[in-house]
Amino acid sequence: MTLPLAEIQAPDIDYKALSPLLATIGGSIVVLMVGLLRGRFVQTVLVPALTAVSLLTAIGLTIWIWDPGVQQPILEGSLTVDTLALGIAVLVYVAGLVCVALSLRAVAARQAGHGEYHSMLLGSITGMVLLAASSDLITLFVGIELLSIPLYVLCATELHRRTSLEAGLKYLVIGSVGSATLLYGLALIYGATGAMQFDAIAAAISSDQVGLSDPLVLTGIALISTGLAFKASVAPFHQWTPDVYQGAPTPITTFMAVATKAAAFGIFLRLFDHALGLSQLEWGPALAALATVTIVIGNVGALAQRSLKRLLAWSSVAQAGYLLAGVVVGSTLGLQATVFYLAVYLLMNVAAFAVVIARERVSEHGDDLSSLENLGQTQPWLAWPMTIAMLSLAGVPATAGFIGKFYLIDAAVAGDYAWLGVVIVVGAVVSFGYYLRVVAVMWMAGHEVVLPTIPPRQVKPVSGWSPEADLRAQPEIAAIAIAFAAATILFGIWPDPLFDAARDIGTSLSGLR
Amino acid sequence: MTIHLSIILFLPLATGLLGAFLPRGLARWAVLAGTVAVLAYTVALLADFDGGGGLQYVTDDEWIPELGIRYQLGIDGLNLFMVALTAIAWVPCTLVAAFRQHDRPKLFFFNLALAETAVLGAFLAQDLALFIVFFDLMLVPFYFMIGGWGTGDRVRATTKFMIYTLAGSLLMLAAAVALGVLSTPDGGEISFSLADLQQRSVSEGTQQWMVLLFALAFFVKAPLFPLHGWVPETYRSSPIVTIALLSGVLSKVGVYGFLRIVLPVMPEGAQHWQELFIIVAVFSILYGSILAFSQDNLRLVLAYSSIAQLGFIVLGIFALEDKGAQGAVFQMLNHGLVVVPLFLIVGVIAERARGSESLSELGGMAFRAPVLAALFLIITFATLAMPGSGNFVGELLVLFGTFEDKLVYGLVASVGVVLAAVYMIRVFQGTMHNRPGPDVEPGEIDGLHLAAIAPLVAVIVALGVYPHFVVHRTEKATTAAIQEARGIGQEVANR
Repeated sequence: MTLPLAEIQAPDIDYKALSPLLATIGGSIVVLMVGLLRGRFVQTVLVPALTAVSLLTAIGLTIWIWDPGVQQPILEGSLTVDTLALGIAVLVYVAGLVCVALSLRAVAARQAGHGEYHSMLLGSITGMVLLAASSDLITLFVGIELLSIPLYVLCATELHRRTSLEAGLKYLVIGSVGSATLLYGLALIYGATGAMQFDAIAAAISSDQVGLSDPLVLTGIALISTGLAFKASVAPFHQWTPDVYQGAPTPITTFMAVATKAAAFGIFLRLFDHALGLSQLEWGPALAALATVTIVIGNVGALAQRSLKRLLAWSSVAQAGYLLAGVVVGSTLGLQATVFYLAVYLLMNVAAFAVVIARERVSEHGDDLSSLENLGQTQPWLAWPMTIAMLSLAGVPATAGFIGKFYLIDAAVAGDYAWLGVVIVVGAVVSFGYYLRVVAVMWMAGHEVVLPTIPPRQVKPVSGWSPEADLRAQPEIAAIAIAFAAATILFGIWPDPLFDAARDIGTSLSGLR
Repeated sequence: MTIHLSIILFLPLATGLLGAFLPRGLARWAVLAGTVAVLAYTVALLADFDGGGGLQYVTDDEWIPELGIRYQLGIDGLNLFMVALTAIAWVPCTLVAAFRQHDRPKLFFFNLALAETAVLGAFLAQDLALFIVFFDLMLVPFYFMIGGWGTGDRVRATTKFMIYTLAGSLLMLAAAVALGVLSTPDGGEISFSLADLQQRSVSEGTQQWMVLLFALAFFVKAPLFPLHGWVPETYRSSPIVTIALLSGVLSKVGVYGFLRIVLPVMPEGAQHWQELFIIVAVFSILYGSILAFSQDNLRLVLAYSSIAQLGFIVLGIFALEDKGAQGAVFQMLNHGLVVVPLFLIVGVIAERARGSESLSELGGMAFRAPVLAALFLIITFATLAMPGSGNFVGELLVLFGTFEDKLVYGLVASVGVVLAAVYMIRVFQGTMHNRPGPDVEPGEIDGLHLAAIAPLVAVIVALGVYPHFVVHRTEKATTAAIQEARGIGQEVANR
């Protein structure tokens, strides 16, 4: 018996909805090919420009297909290109553009080859968007691997620096463990519900056969949250974060910090609030406990750091805890608050990392706190963005960080997790201890600031006193720092545009409280 | 709907920003002009104010509709004189700074201006979330001023100051958000407007823990007895102008919060903790007075005396009697008016003693500086509540209010009045009389400080002569603020 080929129904392909993904995949291939050409112009101008064009096209296409209310999966239920996916996509694309600009004069891109570097960046971006849009278990796993594998390589692109290679290897090993755990969890969920697609899983859990307290489902949920927690650096699965953030080339760290987190929380929201939404009473308290542990560990860990990159890594662990609070409540308000905070998080972290890059290129202290000493007097155009970023991360009013925290606490209280709101606030108080130290070093004559008692490292500036290390050679870094800091203040005073976007995104998941 | 309050509120910030783009030398004059303009505007408001009316010059706009936060400003009897105090205090302090502060002037005066806007905002806000925004925002310029222009171990001091006060105010933020969310009726829109919150209510048990978190924030800010850990270092390390404003004006924001927010919005909760708060207040009076008596550093004497004075104010508020609350509101103004010139005088004295602010090294200045001594004496008498001063009226009202229902606490608190006389006279004698210390070079007050201090002394004297001017305007709003909590207290007593 033969199977007539004509009877196989190929799925309908909605190219319009797929267009942003196609733009970055196409960009990735083109950039890789063009990068094979030698020549300074091609390498340092054409390749980054093509990457930027690809990302800008993707942003344009995203805005074009932005349509609040669409919830229908495409491609036989494997992808849902709704406003949640598109919102996360915009954040990832912006982070990608920032990374391209920050890498213009970076050692990493030169050593790894601009073509390969940018091609992998676009590949990782595609994976992130795929992950955020995935609505079945297979797409989810493909997305997470497509996101991770290029990142493992990118972390190790400073080929002549041991710590960079170490970071890449460490990330690879730990990331693989995370992926394996996740895969096991996905398999258990499939085993329990017999469904791959999120809609079908939600339906199966609500039916009588599976039941909410089915041990297979619960074990699956536990393993999946562990796997995703690795990606989002949620404690106690965060140990790789400081090492990898410090070791990786700083433009990649910037990208990783903001984009990976956005994508990971995108799938956190979709998987937990949508596919597993009905069992919120089961996993809610467990995730709330994880959030609390993360907030405490992240903030306490950051207190003892001298290295700015490690400090920001620990701070990103703490921020992951705040974000998790928005997932825990499983409500539309929580969804909106989480996405809102992800956007704010992007703004303030990019501003901070840009300043770190500018300093580590020229200072003999590298990314040590003392590289910022007296920056307020010598380079106020860098000191101001850093100050604003630190105050916003800590949650001072008139910055976007304050509104973001306010929104998250609002969601937590409305979702009957008032105590989690108090935990966020206590974490924020502790965080002032290290954010203010950074501010004090810049403005209050550094030697009077008590630094943690770790001996400062003497390191070669990243650009090694090459022409790139010249102060005048970093206009794009300063411009990014200033622009993102200005946006942090702007959205702190006039947050309406972000709220409008968050409201659109709030329509994407059905069945929320 | 008027724009007046918005002008007052943002004028200082605007001049501060303007100053940042002017040439180096001009920033200070721009900010000074701004503070003078705010004062002029405030005086006009004061003249125009209707003592019998409710909330006036109301500004009410949407700010962040999703979170229910409105840009809502207004003036009534409660905050009228707090706004006036802010406007009055900022002028002499900016003036002195304009002539004395030479290091990185643009940044300093920007911070000074931002601080005035933030403090005015906290006093003017009629929306709980807006109040908290300004309440937290005002820490930022003070953090920079103390850390950037202070002396000694300033970075440590300013960090401690920030973390102490933020621990309080962020917990208050959590309580405030919870209040807004929990008080929203089913299907209603969330709102942080104080008028709305007063209509809606949350259960008594919820109110109790919320009041405690609010009180934590306000007590740290004031500061009161067990929560004053940040005080010594901060007072010692601050620039003199900054500490004058911190002690004279910022400390009032906390106690003002009790009258504006805690008592009207959460009357059951406030009534529940009445006894505890009174005990804290009485302890602060005794502790502050005794420590003020034993300190050698002038700034610390004033610091601890402030703790005692704020204890009096909180005692007056939580006596939950009309007289006590009126006395407290009057005393908030009086204390601000005497502390600011006192700190400026400490600055004058230190300039004439090679920077020494230690009582044991000072003395004998009155001979060569009769004008300085006379001004100082008037302020000293006002501080120790000599009959004829506004402070006398204020403290008397507070004690009367307390005697009505809480006689024992009132009697204990009266001891504080005596102790105030002791420590203030000790300060006056230690600096002006006695044998001159080794480093003291007595000299008359300079024109700059005279111009800064004399008008304040004139206001102090005027209030002593005619306290009715204030009491008449604040009476109605003050009574309304404590009315509900008081009613609940009586209900409980009758049961």
